[in-house]
Amino acid sequence: MPMITIEKVSKWYNPQFQVLKNCTTAVEKGEVVVVCGPSGSGKSTLIKTVNALEPVQQGTIMVDGLNVTTMKKDLPKLRSRVGMVFQHFELFPHLKIVENLCLGQTIVLGRSEDAAKAKAMKMLERVGLTAHAQKYPGQLSGGQQQRVAIARALVMDPICMLFDEPTSALDPEMINEVLDVMVELAKEGMTMMVVTHEMGFAKKVANRVIFMDAGEIVEDAQKDDFFGHPRSDRAQHFLSKILAH
Amino acid sequence: MNYNWNWGIFWDQTPDATGTYFGSLMSGLQVTILLALCAWFIAFVMGSLIGIMRTLPARWAVFVGNAYIEMFRNIPLLVQLFIWFFVIPELLPGDLGIWIKQLRNGPFIAAMLGLGFYMSSRVAAQITAGINALPKGQRMAGTAIGLTTWQTYRYILLPLAYRIIFPPLTSEFLNTIKNTAPALTIGVLELTARARSMQEFSFQVFEAFSAAAAIYLVLSAVVTIGMRILEKRLAIPGFNEGK
Ligand SMILES: Nc1ncnc2c1ncn2[C@@H]1O[C@H](COP(=O)(O)OP(=O)(O)O)[C@@H](O)[C@H]1O
Ligand SMILES: [Mg+2]
Repeated sequence: MPMITIEKVSKWYNPQFQVLKNCTTAVEKGEVVVVCGPSGSGKSTLIKTVNALEPVQQGTIMVDGLNVTTMKKDLPKLRSRVGMVFQHFELFPHLKIVENLCLGQTIVLGRSEDAAKAKAMKMLERVGLTAHAQKYPGQLSGGQQQRVAIARALVMDPICMLFDEPTSALDPEMINEVLDVMVELAKEGMTMMVVTHEMGFAKKVANRVIFMDAGEIVEDAQKDDFFGHPRSDRAQHFLSKILAH
Repeated sequence: MNYNWNWGIFWDQTPDATGTYFGSLMSGLQVTILLALCAWFIAFVMGSLIGIMRTLPARWAVFVGNAYIEMFRNIPLLVQLFIWFFVIPELLPGDLGIWIKQLRNGPFIAAMLGLGFYMSSRVAAQITAGINALPKGQRMAGTAIGLTTWQTYRYILLPLAYRIIFPPLTSEFLNTIKNTAPALTIGVLELTARARSMQEFSFQVFEAFSAAAAIYLVLSAVVTIGMRILEKRLAIPGFNEGK
């Protein structure tokens, strides 16, 4: 059974605008799937449907065997087990770094303050930010904030991780410190769905690459097939543009 | 102009022989402060509730919130005070209405409710603006770690929104203080009422009202300074400090 199953999912923002068109794919346990495609093609929307941050009108999404599309009361519980990392970090600016990492643990998982704090410090050490535990997000660089955001997801012991363009808001010199953390996660066997245009990252750790255009999954291929000989013209065109840089 | 200045008047006895005019103004100030605080409590609680309602995903909540604001904001304060004091007791069932009309604190309670609800519409508008000013991703991030809607408000959106709207909330509190004056029309013996009775009995109109004006100014200054200090203490490094 795959960790994430997306089946015939369609979504409309309004009756005239269909943002997702009959999307079907799956992410196996331990698999790393990269989602790419032009801006506005629906990548963010698709990844946000996985933990029901965006509702869908048609189709079914299953996470760890649970139907997310029909779930209501248990959604918060499920979401707490699906780590999510946003383009603009979205750390809570009024909470210290360590508090950012403890909030979900204490409120959602019901861990004690001490246990949450211990876990938080362990994760901060892992992303190399122990020294910043008592600072506020606004006092950190973009790269540091995004590493904290990854740690905030990891302290919840997620069964899979979703990334929505985690490096595209960063200055170039900070991209690698974030990618390094993600590569390490992938190597440890974390199930990951990553929206990114970092093709170096995709080549290094992805198992599969999904290419989206205008709300459709145009290509869903093993990494080597995708980079070796993309079948669709649209994917070829896209690749030639971003690999040219 | 033929006017006998008499700044010593404040130490004269009032005709009802309960103390000096100064003492009378001070007891008026006490009522003004108490009324402002009570009304602010209502304004803050109701304003927060209504302001939050208008940011919920449910359409009916937004509609109710909007209707509430339009009603309390667009009826003149004076009319609202009259409604609370003269009309509502008549609408209540017999005994309850009579009991309310005979309450010694009736005018104060009516003024507190009238001013509180009037100001709550303005507070609500600020709260809504504050929450809507937050990046959309903050709500998503809260939801994504598994917080419920209520928990997202409690731990993330409200602590941020209240900080953002601290300055406009301060001026709404100052407005609440100023808007206690119309309460004299339903018989609340607040500062302006005391100044007016001083003028009526002593004919020292300039002294009476310049004293009242000065007291209002001092009160506002104290509140403003207090709020500045509080705002500094609540500021978050790297978010809204040093503004
Ligand atoms: N809340 C929304 N309401 C209406 N349209 C939206 C909304 N969010 C995104 N869109 C539109 O949906 C399309 C896909 O958006 P998105 O999933 O963010 O694309 P991507 O992440 O691939 O750039 C875009 O055309 C965008 O303008
Ligand atoms: Mg996007």
